[in-house]
Amino acid sequence: MPSTSDFLMLSATLFTVGLIGVILRRNMITVLMCIELMLNAVNINLVTFSHMLGSLEGQIFTIFVITVAAGEAAVGLAIIIQLYRLKSSINVDDARNLNG
Amino acid sequence: MTWADTLLLLPELIAATGASILLIVPVLGGRARGHMAKWAMLALMAVTALAVIGSTYAVAGVQQTPTFRAMFAVDAFSVFFKLLFVVVIALVTLLSEDFLSEERYSTWEYYSLLAFALCGMMFMASGVSLITIYIGLELLALSSYILAGYYKNHEESTEAAMKYFILGTVSSAILLYGISLIYGVCGSMRLSTIAAALSTMLSNDALMFGIMLLAAGLCFKIAAVPFHVWTPDVYVGAPTPISAFLSTGSKAAAFAVFARVFYVAFPAFHLDWSNVLAAIAALSMIVGNLAAITQTNVKRMLAYSSISHAGYSLLGIIAMNEMGLRGILIYTMVYVFANLGIWATILMLRRHAYAGESVEDFRGLHKRAPFAAFSMVVFLLSLGGIPPTAGFIGKYFLFAAAVQAGFGWLAIVAVVMSAVSMFYYLRLVVAMYLEEGSGAETIYSPSLRFVTALSLTVTLVVGFIPELPIRQVIESSSHLVGRVVQR
Repeated sequence: MPSTSDFLMLSATLFTVGLIGVILRRNMITVLMCIELMLNAVNINLVTFSHMLGSLEGQIFTIFVITVAAGEAAVGLAIIIQLYRLKSSINVDDARNLNG
Repeated sequence: MTWADTLLLLPELIAATGASILLIVPVLGGRARGHMAKWAMLALMAVTALAVIGSTYAVAGVQQTPTFRAMFAVDAFSVFFKLLFVVVIALVTLLSEDFLSEERYSTWEYYSLLAFALCGMMFMASGVSLITIYIGLELLALSSYILAGYYKNHEESTEAAMKYFILGTVSSAILLYGISLIYGVCGSMRLSTIAAALSTMLSNDALMFGIMLLAAGLCFKIAAVPFHVWTPDVYVGAPTPISAFLSTGSKAAAFAVFARVFYVAFPAFHLDWSNVLAAIAALSMIVGNLAAITQTNVKRMLAYSSISHAGYSLLGIIAMNEMGLRGILIYTMVYVFANLGIWATILMLRRHAYAGESVEDFRGLHKRAPFAAFSMVVFLLSLGGIPPTAGFIGKYFLFAAAVQAGFGWLAIVAVVMSAVSMFYYLRLVVAMYLEEGSGAETIYSPSLRFVTALSLTVTLVVGFIPELPIRQVIESSSHLVGRVVQR
């Protein structure tokens, strides 16, 4: 039976993997998947704490986070499609009109 | 929960219902009447404002009314910010009018998204639980991503939306991870329960990490260094009225959350987090102002100036005293109106979709549009903090709060950097009054004129007769300040 800290370690690992992926990967779809990974890492954290504390708040929040993640994916994919129509590429580096 | 509780939610309900109606009107055949959208939106803002004012009578005599299992509360603090948000959205609506009609994009959906953003902002101001605050923040953020990319056939706009989206979602994931850690340590999402739990607790790593991640997420929303990289690109790429919205309304909402979360939930560990935030504030002021000097694009310059203003406002949170909280409220208001006035002038100078961008466009403006040039000077002086404009009052509160709290070095950095900022603000004044040139053509529509006049009135009234707004701000912040004094 894995302990609470095992779940927290899993969540921290997934979150770090997602963050590194956002920074290193250049494909917009992969970046979007990495963002989803970060949000789901948070969900594992929330459910673990909810179980540990015996309070339902964390699990309720998880449902909200899943909903928001779905909305984020919808908006993100819409932006990616528009970017592809204009530039025929979904590589983050190809979008460099605004030199920041 | 009773029906009376639902009444406290009335402004948000009206905003959400109105936004949904605006969304379905084009489907029901309103597409052809695009010019009606503005009036529908303004009417919605008027009704929402009345509902906000009405909700204050419901809580008269009580300091705060937490409802819905202490997840949502109406108090003077939230009413102050909600009224500010409604005014900002109404002014952004006026700014958008000509811009939208020129580009032939659908107007109804645009205003619908603005109304949804308003709804999210109002939830942020009223949220007393981290759940409510996060949902409000996401509603605002998702609407902003779409609005930043609203000019979908412009590469710049789509690119701005993409950059804003990636960095925005990553920052909210970081904020969320912080919330989950705080929840794990304190056992609750409610700000007052968190505060109670923390008051009997010793500092520990998980909690400090959680608070820092939460602060990092919020610093992204207010565009503080080192979470500022998106700001210049998004302000330049997004449709100009949306840049105006992002630099005023969206930031004000983030400051409402920042102030409430830190003043209510985390006063117990003030010593631990204040130094980190002090470093962020100092960096924002230095990097923002120094980077703004070298910019030739006015929008980019305003973006860096807004980064530095995030630094000034952070002083109020770091100080953690009465003066600081009042400073945040008054400075947010002052900054919002000065900035909206400047964006109105930029919109006036437009040529095609993107104009009013270079400093050269402002050459000789006092001959072509004397009123606009004069008010622009007042707004720039206000941002620089020169008396007798409103900016001086705001900066006085913030800097005095920092000194009171023992952050004298930070106040010195802030004063020096304010002086540096006058350098690039005055460059625009020189271009408008001393340089000759044809510059860009001006189209000064009545709605732009109204936005300028209203912003000018607020900036001058707060500057010349500060007693009235200060009394209002003291009243609005008394409840939250009470908690800090109890500490």
